[in-house]
Amino acid sequence: MKFSYAFPAGLLAASILFAGCGNDNNSNNNGNNSGNESAATAAAATNAPAAAAASAADFTSAIDQYRIYVIEQCDEFVKQTEAFTHAVKTGKLEDAKALYAPARMYYERIEPIAEALGDLDPNIDARENDVDPAEWRGFHKIEQALWQNSTTGGMAGVADQLLKDAQLLRAKVETVDIDESLLVTGAVELLNEVSSSKVTGEEERYSHTDLYDFVANVEGAQKIYELLKPELTKKDPSLAQTIGERFDALLAELAPFKSGDGYVSYETLKEDEVRKLSQNLDALAEPLSNMGTILGV
Amino acid sequence: MKSKNSKDAQGAPLFDKKLSRREMLRLTGASGLGLLLGGGSVGGILAAREATGQAAPAPLVSNAEVIPFYGSRQAGILTPAQNFLCFAAFDLTTTKLADVQKLFQSWTEAAAALTSGSLIGSVNDNPNLPPTDTGEADGLTPSKCTLTFGVGPAMFDGRFGLAAKRPSTLADLPPFAGDSLEPQWCGGDLCVQACADDMQVAFHAIRNLARIARGTAVLRWTQEGFQRTGNADPKGGTPRNLLGFKDGTGNPDVTNDSEMREVVWCGSESPAWMQGGTYMAVRRVRLRIEVWDRSTLSDQEATFGRHRQTGAPIGATDEFAKLNLDAADPEGKPVIPPDSHSALAHGDGTVKMLRRSYSFSSGMDLTTGQLDAGLLFISFQKDLVKQFVSIQKRLSKSDRLNEYMVHTGSAVFACFPGVREGGYIGETLLG
Repeated sequence: MKFSYAFPAGLLAASILFAGCGNDNNSNNNGNNSGNESAATAAAATNAPAAAAASAADFTSAIDQYRIYVIEQCDEFVKQTEAFTHAVKTGKLEDAKALYAPARMYYERIEPIAEALGDLDPNIDARENDVDPAEWRGFHKIEQALWQNSTTGGMAGVADQLLKDAQLLRAKVETVDIDESLLVTGAVELLNEVSSSKVTGEEERYSHTDLYDFVANVEGAQKIYELLKPELTKKDPSLAQTIGERFDALLAELAPFKSGDGYVSYETLKEDEVRKLSQNLDALAEPLSNMGTILGV
Repeated sequence: MKSKNSKDAQGAPLFDKKLSRREMLRLTGASGLGLLLGGGSVGGILAAREATGQAAPAPLVSNAEVIPFYGSRQAGILTPAQNFLCFAAFDLTTTKLADVQKLFQSWTEAAAALTSGSLIGSVNDNPNLPPTDTGEADGLTPSKCTLTFGVGPAMFDGRFGLAAKRPSTLADLPPFAGDSLEPQWCGGDLCVQACADDMQVAFHAIRNLARIARGTAVLRWTQEGFQRTGNADPKGGTPRNLLGFKDGTGNPDVTNDSEMREVVWCGSESPAWMQGGTYMAVRRVRLRIEVWDRSTLSDQEATFGRHRQTGAPIGATDEFAKLNLDAADPEGKPVIPPDSHSALAHGDGTVKMLRRSYSFSSGMDLTTGQLDAGLLFISFQKDLVKQFVSIQKRLSKSDRLNEYMVHTGSAVFACFPGVREGGYIGETLLG
């Protein structure tokens, strides 16, 4: 994937402050305000790389809209993470368990962006053994405590750190340089995430909430596809149609696993159900990986 | 979280796109890559390779290493068995006949490239797209690669409107005594038998065909297989199975055209779409290696009805000596036990089939710690019921070898007649 980001230290500090304030002010709603403000920032920040592309397609609008989307997801991610970490710190085990997977969905929808931002992804989302045990922190460390050890005990510091990392992500995301190539590869990357860790049940090995991540990754990819669809349809209508149909097929395959506002435990899926999901995912990811066709002439 | 990233910003290639496309056209136009690659029929499917535009180098491969894909009959049936096999059974996920046609058209185009040692498709130098060929066979010789395609009885259920075209002989096999079939090794709507003298070439073929099929068909089961290689056996003797015995001595003569018409190729007795085709039976036979290894040599030889070292029938010295099932020792006992594998397989000698099997070793059975190894039995015949089923019924009842093996997988396929350039495999059925 192609990501680049560059920001002066001063801007970063300012962004953190900005993000913190914005959040506090909007903590009871999901903040159209902050979305609009972000859109303005975004438009200013993306002109340079987009203009350099000598291709016939115009991605300016798609990139602007994607930036708005990413920032919206980030805002909500911080808010939900705050609620989750609060439950952890106040020892409310069941509340914490209920808030865990839904909060993560906001992160999973935009995961490739987080991955581009230095150590944020490992800090927020590393699984045990992904990193040095002494440095292990973030969601999955708390997941282990909640489900494997049935306690919030000893997690207050981890929770505080996690919220700070989430806020830092929100701040840094303003500075990510998004271009059309990032969009194209990001969509595939999201599905690859599902293919390599969600579909195997490795990601949520204690809580078995993998389907939340699965759905969120797919939704994140679908958002990118929707944004690129007008250009793609101009360039290769049958590819655009195939991708659309396969998103529908995969989402239809996922639908029976809905349970209330969420999803059933991944442990309840039968082997052939997992295989079918995986195969539907591959069937989608293959044409999706050819979206790069819109980058050429 | 993703384990590790390789996301250094490398913006440049994006803008080279136009140039590389022109470069590709120049290369394909200029220097006759078809000649360069040695295949006769590689026209439209050639991808630009990284030829640097110098004078055309000497042919990369000799024709002896290319087995033509196009022809009136499919390759990989009478073709002398290559060193390696990669077999795949697929299930269709579509219910539209048009999708199946499209799949076979794409597969045909890819198969022509794969068997001639070319890259598949035309997008192999665009930095913004995944290459249309996965590349692990790039630069390798065709290695006698053959791809043999077929459809299973399930193709003729209600999904595609083909029920009326099902040949009566094409049906799931009846249960045989001692079968221990596991669903994960059985059946399939489609099959592809990829054989080559190089495992990487065979694997590359199946991998790319599976990739092309995504969204239309999914893998149902696969099995890799091997025989001794040409290097290990330059004389090309009858291969030995994993029980140490020569396997295939009694096969009909593939160079005898009239015998092949009698045994293998479907003729006017078959539906029009199968004339020039043949039926394939596939059985995954797990060998009880550990048990075999502690049986005595005389037991082993009585089990096969042949001598282990020479492959000759018991009492004879020549591998190809006639099986004399009437021969008796001084006490009147048959020299070749009537329940030996050879005796039963031979029967009265009137029913034959062409065997083209490969050994497999799929690691270890985690439950028992024993080797998960055996034989992927493959046979070709013009009538599954009269040939394979009648022989296998006989064997399953009383073959001494049954003590040392268990049939874990089973499938049958109708292998289409061959295809001419411009057509596609399966066209006689699907077109």
